[in-house]
Amino acid sequence: MKMDLITSLYVFMLAAFIGLEVIKRVSPLLHTPLMSLTNALDAIAVVGAIILAGEHKSTLSTILGTIAIVAATSNVVGGFFITDRMLKMFKASAKPKP
Amino acid sequence: MTSFLGTDTIIEITYLIATALFILSLKWMSSPTTARHGVWAGEAGMLLAIAGTLLNRGIVDYKWVVIALVLGTIIGVPLGKVQMTAVPQRTALSHAFGALCVTLVGTAEFYLRAPGVPKFMMSVLSMEVILGSLTFTGSLMAAGKLQEVLPQRPITFKGQNFVNLGMMVVAVGVAVVLVLHPDRMYLFPAILAIPLLFGVMMIIPIGGADMPTVISLLNSYAGLSAAAMGFVLNSKLLIVAGALDGASGLILSVNMSKAMNRSFSNVLFGAFGQEAAVGKGGKEERPVRSATPEEAAGILAVASKVVIVPGYGMAVAQAQHKVRELYDILTKRGIDVKFGIHPVAGRMPGHMNVLLAEADIPYDKLLDMDEINGDFPQTDVALIIGANDVTNPAARTDSSSPIFGMPILDVDKARTVMVIKRSMGAGFAGIENPLYYMDKTLMLFGDAKSFVGSIVRELSGGHS
Repeated sequence: MKMDLITSLYVFMLAAFIGLEVIKRVSPLLHTPLMSLTNALDAIAVVGAIILAGEHKSTLSTILGTIAIVAATSNVVGGFFITDRMLKMFKASAKPKP
Repeated sequence: MTSFLGTDTIIEITYLIATALFILSLKWMSSPTTARHGVWAGEAGMLLAIAGTLLNRGIVDYKWVVIALVLGTIIGVPLGKVQMTAVPQRTALSHAFGALCVTLVGTAEFYLRAPGVPKFMMSVLSMEVILGSLTFTGSLMAAGKLQEVLPQRPITFKGQNFVNLGMMVVAVGVAVVLVLHPDRMYLFPAILAIPLLFGVMMIIPIGGADMPTVISLLNSYAGLSAAAMGFVLNSKLLIVAGALDGASGLILSVNMSKAMNRSFSNVLFGAFGQEAAVGKGGKEERPVRSATPEEAAGILAVASKVVIVPGYGMAVAQAQHKVRELYDILTKRGIDVKFGIHPVAGRMPGHMNVLLAEADIPYDKLLDMDEINGDFPQTDVALIIGANDVTNPAARTDSSSPIFGMPILDVDKARTVMVIKRSMGAGFAGIENPLYYMDKTLMLFGDAKSFVGSIVRELSGGHS
């Protein structure tokens, strides 16, 4: 248990550093699609909700888990969908730059 | 047992691959040429992780899971189809949904484990629930204001910051008591209810122009609450996804607060939206030069380098397609046309770029403030459409101005400045813009869409 915690903290710290470094390199051009993409990725919380609803440990947990799946899934679907729609619109000039 | 262990290992491997795909996904977002690969990587990671999760042997009943997945998809599709001008409120709404998921799972986990939740578990659980619930109502409020179903006008009252801060102190205090005495289960609803109220109070004083900062901040909170949920469920995948989202929101918040000339701590403590009392110094009637579409077209026609500076007013007037026509006609004449985009143009970070890309303007012509500012001294015409404060030279020169120090687009360094504007009314922050009174400035009074349309007609009529 204690070791899990320490490992988790390491994971969080490393992921935060990676996040800061990777996202610093994202062009301001794409900040809106970036936000909708991270939002969709964040909806990975759905895996926790699926287990909660599927385990059926109590009525309350099943109900809350089911609503949570609906909320997160709509983010997954809507988030990826709109990000791709936005990115499709970004086109370079027809002629290559001199 | 060994066969079960096999399944568990497979699940963990799907999570591991998903984590790698998520990081690649963000890495590919660095450039418009690879960005769509980023979406595909994210989708692949998501599908893999969900498929892996469905193998979990703890799941005894798939009925509700499947119903919920289908229902979520049905809701998600229209949310992916909204208009580009509505993307900010859609984003706020999805922050709310993400936070709702996290809060509900946290609540369920508490009641499954209580009483006797270990101290560390209770700490992260409290963090998850507090951040989740304040992000939920805060984002709903932000979405409501952006969609204009709620009044956009900032609502402020005396001691607002004190009240808000007090609420958070109480919520954190209750959480600390819960950590020390996890058997006091009756306290749990308080760490749901107080942050829910705080979320509303936090957004009440926010006006439209502060939305880019607020959305970014809520994005960061949503990510951190998801990471906290990862700690509770001991899910490394969720910790990584939450940390990435939190980091992204943090970077965008810092960018936005810099662009708005607010210190980051000012933003963090929810003190934004407190517009400085506007200096209402005696309004002197100074002469301005105005011009007709014909005159404007004449000046543009002989220019060799033009920079267009769009602001949210352009989007409100739905003028972006007319602006594209203007871009086309000028480019055809061999005029170099670029767009200078301030970080807070629009209602969320990068919003203006999306609106212009939708109007088919090539992205390599969309330059951000730092890239374009060096170009203004060599620019013949700076054409400002629906932007005001972000072009105000007082931010550079007048230390008594409320926006002094805010980074601006140096349009006043161009040889000729043209401003399309409905009237001489002050901008969002209610600050006079000395740019309008300069000798080189021409005011083009009218609706952005029809004025740009008239210029385009003038240019196409006179040419071919």
